[in-house]
Amino acid sequence: MNTPHPAAGEVILKGIPAAPGIAIGPAYIYSKEAPGVVKKEITPDEVGSEVRRLKNATARSQKELQKILLFAEQKLGSQSAKIFEAQIMILGDQILMETIERRIADENLNAEYLVSDEITKYKKMMLAAHDEYMHERAHDLDDVMNRIIRNIQDQKLFSRLEGESIIVSETLTPADTVIFSRNQVLGYATDRGGMTSHAAILSRSLKIPAVVGLRNASRQIQTGNRIAIDGYSGLFIINPGEETLQNLERKANRFKEFEEQLTEIVGLTAETPDHRQIELSANIEFPEEIDFARLQGSAGIGLFRTEGQLLGLARYPSEDEQYEVYRTVADQIYPHRVIFRTFDIGGDKLVPETYQEANPFLGWRGIRVLLDRPDLFLNQLRAILRASAGKNVHIMFPMVSSVGEVRMAKEMVEQAKADLTKQGIPFDPNIKIGVMIEVPSAALLTDQIAPMVDFLSIGTNDLIQYMLAVDRDNNAVAHLYQQFNPAVLRVIKMTIDEGHRHKIWVGMCGEMAGDPLATVLLMGLGLDEFSVLPSMLPEIKKIIRSVKVREAKRVAEKALTLPTADEVKKHLISYMQMRLPDIPLES
Amino acid sequence: MIEKEITITNRAGLHTRPAAALVKTAARYKAEFLIQKDEFEINGKSIIGVMTLAAEQGSKLKLRFDGPDEEEAAAAITDLFERGFDEN
Repeated sequence: MNTPHPAAGEVILKGIPAAPGIAIGPAYIYSKEAPGVVKKEITPDEVGSEVRRLKNATARSQKELQKILLFAEQKLGSQSAKIFEAQIMILGDQILMETIERRIADENLNAEYLVSDEITKYKKMMLAAHDEYMHERAHDLDDVMNRIIRNIQDQKLFSRLEGESIIVSETLTPADTVIFSRNQVLGYATDRGGMTSHAAILSRSLKIPAVVGLRNASRQIQTGNRIAIDGYSGLFIINPGEETLQNLERKANRFKEFEEQLTEIVGLTAETPDHRQIELSANIEFPEEIDFARLQGSAGIGLFRTEGQLLGLARYPSEDEQYEVYRTVADQIYPHRVIFRTFDIGGDKLVPETYQEANPFLGWRGIRVLLDRPDLFLNQLRAILRASAGKNVHIMFPMVSSVGEVRMAKEMVEQAKADLTKQGIPFDPNIKIGVMIEVPSAALLTDQIAPMVDFLSIGTNDLIQYMLAVDRDNNAVAHLYQQFNPAVLRVIKMTIDEGHRHKIWVGMCGEMAGDPLATVLLMGLGLDEFSVLPSMLPEIKKIIRSVKVREAKRVAEKALTLPTADEVKKHLISYMQMRLPDIPLES
Repeated sequence: MIEKEITITNRAGLHTRPAAALVKTAARYKAEFLIQKDEFEINGKSIIGVMTLAAEQGSKLKLRFDGPDEEEAAAAITDLFERGFDEN
């Protein structure tokens, strides 16, 4: 709301807010380009010292990577840290190193040139493969090569980062995000990427402000330029003026004060003043996020994204490996419940296998992949069932678009149960099964689907994109992605009403559930469960505890009569400003 | 010199972990160990080389062992492939 007026020399770019917070400081442009390598001849008596330079640089690189691995394990858990395994192994490749040493002696060329020459050979072969996995490994090679060359040249990678910086880059891999977070990183800004990209998710769990989808921001500035990023509204400001800085600082303070107030309500339940209990739970992807979710007052996990386990893996994890993760989560959250969503792969999500599609969002993803891969699906279902012995585990299916898919998925659950019974392995025979409502056809068929399941969870991110035919990562149409579009509100209402008619609960795990501007509206529409980012829990709880269901219903009824998204939004903003002026709103 | 042809049976092909197991086993022997796939030939004791092969499940590879302990090396490596790197 506080759109600053640009001062002289000030440039404001609008991106997608990926992780909340405000950062002001010098930019550090991070590019994956190799450090400059020059081909130089050396004299035969320099061979010995050149080989020593190579050996020292390799040893130093190894030490650096071991440190990064250790840090990633502490911050993200050993599963996620596996993304660094490949790089460490390449550094330890004796044959590669011997080849380079031999060439130094035979060809009398400098070490960094030969490192680059040898590794680039392999990189080219990898890039020639039409395989996402190989392309990622090629990036690993790049990272390793640049690390060795940098160490040969005796440069420190983050020397310029020793002060505090905002990392600006075309794109960031999960590895980059973690590596940088060891330093004094104030924030992240990237040209590409969406809210659900892995780097965005990681920056939220590392609690570092981030703005993504900035198109060409990294080419508009240089390292050392003063910039500011606003991770609440997705702004990237070059040469921020005095007035802008004051506004941003005020905003940061307002959020901070509000966050401090919220700590009081962490231990309270999400109950309205007219005594309606609303289930308030957290969306997470890694077991390591549970502590933070609990600290924020979560009553359970409303969405555990199991595809997080695939991060950086070239294969699907085995049943036992999955069971370990699910059991840890179920035990830690007990007696509250956890809803495991089966692998939602395809679309923009990582997959160990690559399948080229012209239109991945309309393609092979979610339940479609699982039903085509019964082995993979059964492995996962057995792993989830084994973790359900404490009776606090639910299963949820993503991307359902027809009744037939629900039937088949339920049959698979029965088969997985039969397998376990045969082996005498305990599980919860009455495990609750639900589906995501995120495809318009499933929403329209709620009356048929509801009697087949125990709960529904509305996935607004996909539902809105499919309903409005808008890819919100496409900058040209992103503004047409409107969660308050009257058509969206009607479908949400219909889904909730049909669920209730069949006596099952209806939740929401899309981003809309965590938007404070939508909370009262959703309460009024009768939503039973809100599953949100852990960082949003206290704020949503505060709203729920302040507004009676009766009052929320009036707000929702009015909203349903309005013809445009803008009018709905205006109505909600004016209600919130009048009724709950303390809640900071973003829009 | 011993030559063998094998087919990859484990699901993940020669991705990171199986590649590491292969290189580790090969390093125990003095014999030179080369792997050929299509037009590429790489040193089987080099992890970067094995990773570059990107051999998928079902790929056919030609293995060559040359050195004093080539028999033992060939037996150990073939066994590893046949067991599917214990990944199946």
